[in-house]
Amino acid sequence: MDLLRDLLFDYTLRNVALGSAVLGIVSGVLGCFAVLRRQGLVGDALAHAALPGVCLAFLLTGSKTPIVLMAGAAATGWLGMLILLRITRHTRIDSGSALGIVLTVFFGFGVVLLTVIQKSRNAGQAGLDKFLFGQAAALTQEQVVTMAILGGGALLVVAALFKEFKLLSFDPDFAQSLALPTRGLDLVLTGLLVIAVVIGLNTVGVVLMSALLVAPAAAARQWTNSLGHMIGYSALFGAGSGVVGALISVSQTRLPTGPVIVLSATVVVIVSVLFGSARGLVWEWARQARNRRGLQAPPDAPPAPNTRGAGSSTGGRLPFSGSPSIGGGGGRG
Amino acid sequence: MKAPPAPNNGGAGKGLADTSAPPIIGGGGGQIPVAIRDLTVAYEEKPVLWDVDLDIPPASLTAIIGPNGAGKSTLIKAALGLVPLAAGSVSILGKPYTRQRRLVGYVPQRGSVDWDFPTDVLDVVMMGLYGRIGWVKRPGKPERQTALECLEKVGMAAFAKRQISQLSGGQQQRVFLARALAQDTRLYFMDEPFAGVDATTERAIIALLHTLRAEGKTVVVVHHDLQTASEYFDHVVLLNVRLIASGPMAATFTQENLQRTYGGKIAFLKDG
Repeated sequence: MDLLRDLLFDYTLRNVALGSAVLGIVSGVLGCFAVLRRQGLVGDALAHAALPGVCLAFLLTGSKTPIVLMAGAAATGWLGMLILLRITRHTRIDSGSALGIVLTVFFGFGVVLLTVIQKSRNAGQAGLDKFLFGQAAALTQEQVVTMAILGGGALLVVAALFKEFKLLSFDPDFAQSLALPTRGLDLVLTGLLVIAVVIGLNTVGVVLMSALLVAPAAAARQWTNSLGHMIGYSALFGAGSGVVGALISVSQTRLPTGPVIVLSATVVVIVSVLFGSARGLVWEWARQARNRRGLQAPPDAPPAPNTRGAGSSTGGRLPFSGSPSIGGGGGRG
Repeated sequence: MKAPPAPNNGGAGKGLADTSAPPIIGGGGGQIPVAIRDLTVAYEEKPVLWDVDLDIPPASLTAIIGPNGAGKSTLIKAALGLVPLAAGSVSILGKPYTRQRRLVGYVPQRGSVDWDFPTDVLDVVMMGLYGRIGWVKRPGKPERQTALECLEKVGMAAFAKRQISQLSGGQQQRVFLARALAQDTRLYFMDEPFAGVDATTERAIIALLHTLRAEGKTVVVVHHDLQTASEYFDHVVLLNVRLIASGPMAATFTQENLQRTYGGKIAFLKDG
């Protein structure tokens, strides 16, 4: 109950909880499309590519206003995406290698800039190294408000273009044959992914940001077979692991937030993979074991009309029950 | 002065009332559904289609036949504007293809999508209506009804709520056909609909093709089975990067043309 009161009235805790919830929801929703389009790693490259943007924005303006740093992050993140597309489209380098190139080059450049900044000014004031692994405790109300506005906008776009995004993810060729502007939709979806990454910079940091895109979506897939529900679960899981992870990191001094959030998201993934109602492994194992115990010889290829042995095994709930079996079905009766 | 159509059409003077001509002519039934001129398509530097000229007649069932790598799928994709043309032009129902996409139904290869995608059969069929629903709006009751009717036509109505990962190959194919039916177009392109399907599905597809033709629709199908081609289709396009021959089945699907399409590889057919 104390925690609840603190969440409502303590400035830091409230910012941490709200900020990480917003982040978790937005990245959970957009992560679904990234995962379904097999672009989980694209988010990773994008996040790493955002680091030099943060540093450049600071160097150019000398300002640490959230919207300025976020704009810088978005700019280089987007640039990284464009280069990625160019490489895969115009060279013989495959997309996996292209991802590796973009990710490491941009991140390396970012780390160099970061070092320059920290040497030239008083490092304490800059504090940009927080963008590596995130520091939710440093979230200000201004940052949270900026995150909420950007994230809310992104969610509105997803709601408006839901059916188009669904078709684009499932069957892009067919979408194009319907005269939908697939290239434009692709750009919009990538732009939204950039927003999700950018609002996660303070909280999770660039290094581990992609986990918050991939993990909630992958976990959500285990619980449902409908895209709409998957997005809902994913938002819930993202917000849950974001808030829990951030609060743990704040309560322990000097613990960076990103890794803790990733760990709590991992717990959700493990539980979901094991117990998810749609495709949890435990249910699968249980079903296999049950089937093995109750195994009967399969019926003859065309189910024989003669029902000689029907009476013997009608109680079976297995799909193949009742018809005479190959290896002496009559012998059982 | 244009004569009011209703009373005059009754019969009397053919020579009197015909100044206004027939105002509507069956929605343009006279147009050539697909007219391809000098079409060349290349991936990197290698041409996949070379200088193809082709007309598909209206209300026909046309098979596109050729060996692997002959450019069969590419021909369909070029006609749909899914791959860039290196040269030449495609016109659909008398206009450039880019402006006519809404008039063309498409059944892609079954293997081209991820069947583990989280959605159900009815939802996939409704995707055929997305072009018509318009932006922002979601599919509602009428769309659901249309999709169900289309599923009925391919014998899949009982599977409407089924998760798509639980379908057999033949059922997946029928779902794609139902989605194309939902598009309700006058021209259909189908990419290997018979590939790897069971006998039930094969019969269902044939029946559907015949229904479509009877409704005056034009269907172009990439087909790989030489044995069944002449039985299922009335026109044929023989393709091997270049166009080898095209026309009515009986006159075109000859031993000689097949030899030219497949090279020496066709020899075994003589025994069969």
